[in-house]
Amino acid sequence: MTDAHRMMPQSWRSWIALAAGTAMLAALPFFATPYYVGLLTTAMIGAMLALAVHLLVGATGLVSLGHGAFYGLAAYVVYLISPEGAALPIWQTLPAAMVVAGLAALLIGSLALRTRGFFFLMVTLAFGQMIFFVFHDTKLGGGTDGAYLVKPLIAAFGFELNPASLPRVRRAWPVYYVALVQLVAIYLVLAFLFRSMLGRVLEGIKINESRMRALGFNTYRYKLAAFTVAGMFAGAAGHMWSLHTGFVNPELVSWQKSAEALLIILLGGIGSLSGAVVGAFAFYGLAEVAQLVTERKLLVEGAVIFLVVIMFREGLTGIRFPRRHRKVPVPDAPSETRVHG
Amino acid sequence: MSVFLAQLLNGLQYGLLLFLIASGLTLIFGVLRVINLAHGSLFMMGAYAAFLVVRTSGSLWLALPAAILIGVGLGLLLERFLFRHFYNREHLDQVLLTFALILLFEEFRSLLVGNDFHSVPIPDALNFSVPITAGFSYAAYRFVVIGVCLCLAAVLFFWIERTKTGAVIRAAAEKPEMVEILGIDASRVHLTVFAVGTALAMAAGALAAPLTSVYPNMGDGLLIISFVVVVIGGLGSISGAFWSALLIGLVDTLGKAYGPAFASRGGMGAVIAAAAAMSVYILMVGVLLFRPTGLFGGRS
Repeated sequence: MTDAHRMMPQSWRSWIALAAGTAMLAALPFFATPYYVGLLTTAMIGAMLALAVHLLVGATGLVSLGHGAFYGLAAYVVYLISPEGAALPIWQTLPAAMVVAGLAALLIGSLALRTRGFFFLMVTLAFGQMIFFVFHDTKLGGGTDGAYLVKPLIAAFGFELNPASLPRVRRAWPVYYVALVQLVAIYLVLAFLFRSMLGRVLEGIKINESRMRALGFNTYRYKLAAFTVAGMFAGAAGHMWSLHTGFVNPELVSWQKSAEALLIILLGGIGSLSGAVVGAFAFYGLAEVAQLVTERKLLVEGAVIFLVVIMFREGLTGIRFPRRHRKVPVPDAPSETRVHG
Repeated sequence: MSVFLAQLLNGLQYGLLLFLIASGLTLIFGVLRVINLAHGSLFMMGAYAAFLVVRTSGSLWLALPAAILIGVGLGLLLERFLFRHFYNREHLDQVLLTFALILLFEEFRSLLVGNDFHSVPIPDALNFSVPITAGFSYAAYRFVVIGVCLCLAAVLFFWIERTKTGAVIRAAAEKPEMVEILGIDASRVHLTVFAVGTALAMAAGALAAPLTSVYPNMGDGLLIISFVVVVIGGLGSISGAFWSALLIGLVDTLGKAYGPAFASRGGMGAVIAAAAAMSVYILMVGVLLFRPTGLFGGRS
């Protein structure tokens, strides 16, 4: 029995933790140089992608190597719908990117979810590679070199914010706060999703799928829903990346992007939603430190993965100090066993 | 016509190299039940081993045996000290651990020889073209690659299908618990299979080095394609891997050779060009949806 999602906002204590984390992130730009504001934005985008993948891996137990493709696809959507030199407002580009990524996930998921285990891993990888080669081998999105795009305008309800109108040190701020708002929004949506019927069924599928089927649940549909929602959120992260950097290249669509998201989840702790966020900050922080200290960034990265996989199976948020024993609630308390028809 | 013939031969040679990589992968997955993403890096290490051997000794003839020997040694070490502890872990752990291995292998390579492209010269004795028809000749070294691959495939096939060790390996892939019950030391079977798989991947790298030259991350693309070969051929099946490697080699080579020509023909042509670029993956998805155990695999 896994005690999944112990850090999601269930108690007032975790709500306070979430509020404190958000407040801290909101305050950080006032104390950081533009470079670090940009780095934090990158980490928040990584956290968004990791949260999306967490819905599959952490909550449902489906290991997908294809969600990097939805991330990259969404970034390319922004490139493809922004006409030369004319930027579209974010309230148009974000839904467009999410819808396209979601539709792609729906289509791919409906086929890939017919397989399981190793084969599921391979089919998601193959579909991801298909999308990769569309952008890598054709001229659709600038080919192997990638392309610059017009960053979407940060505008809504007739109100517009142009980063260029701000003083130089604050130009990275609008994008930072847009990323923060989206990160918190995705976190909250997922937290409520996990507490809903859908989340409970997904957890049931993770633990014992045939039992869930025997209980009368159409597990295929639930998994497809999770796959599609994860694709949409990965799309939101990809859209955010295009807004952040104004550049797309096939690397965004590669399977390594999916592996990176899995790594972030494992680093932070697969058992909780907050693990994905903590993992993303740890991952990009680590990469930054490794780059400052040594030229061998990959060596550090590889060694850390080893350490986490072998020793800290529960990730950073799963590290428990021996003195702080909390009483573990009985998993099958009578109040929890509701019968769903 | 002669261009088409050249593409066919290229496809055959590519497919045979793919077989060397994929056969190790399929054996390792079939018997050990472990997903090894670092298998492509082993190919890269084989190519760099060949490059180093040629640079120090000046002889390509030594490169292949050297790569095989290093591969066996590396395989034994990896299995004994690392993979052995991960057979019962979840897929996610295996994926991440072997992903970390890719990073470490690349760094190791970078420490040892740097990040530059290096070409590996073909020995003078093989540096000529074999005339096939009037006006068409094919590089002799590529024929050598085809020949060596076929020899290795024949040895592997004989070993798996006709010897006692091979029978044990097949049994271990089919019913691991039976092998244990019969009193056979499963850990030795695992050690052997992993070492052979590693050696085959490194041999493929050494053979390919003069054709492609050696460069960082050269195994990445081949890794994914090899997984496609394994899935289409059926997990754990050597003959399946052989035929599907040839199929994939031909489809990929012909798709990449003739696909881009359609791109300039507007609407439908662009679709055909894109489909040709990802023909291999379309093939794999099709196979998985209609025959989940692979084209040549019997069991589920």
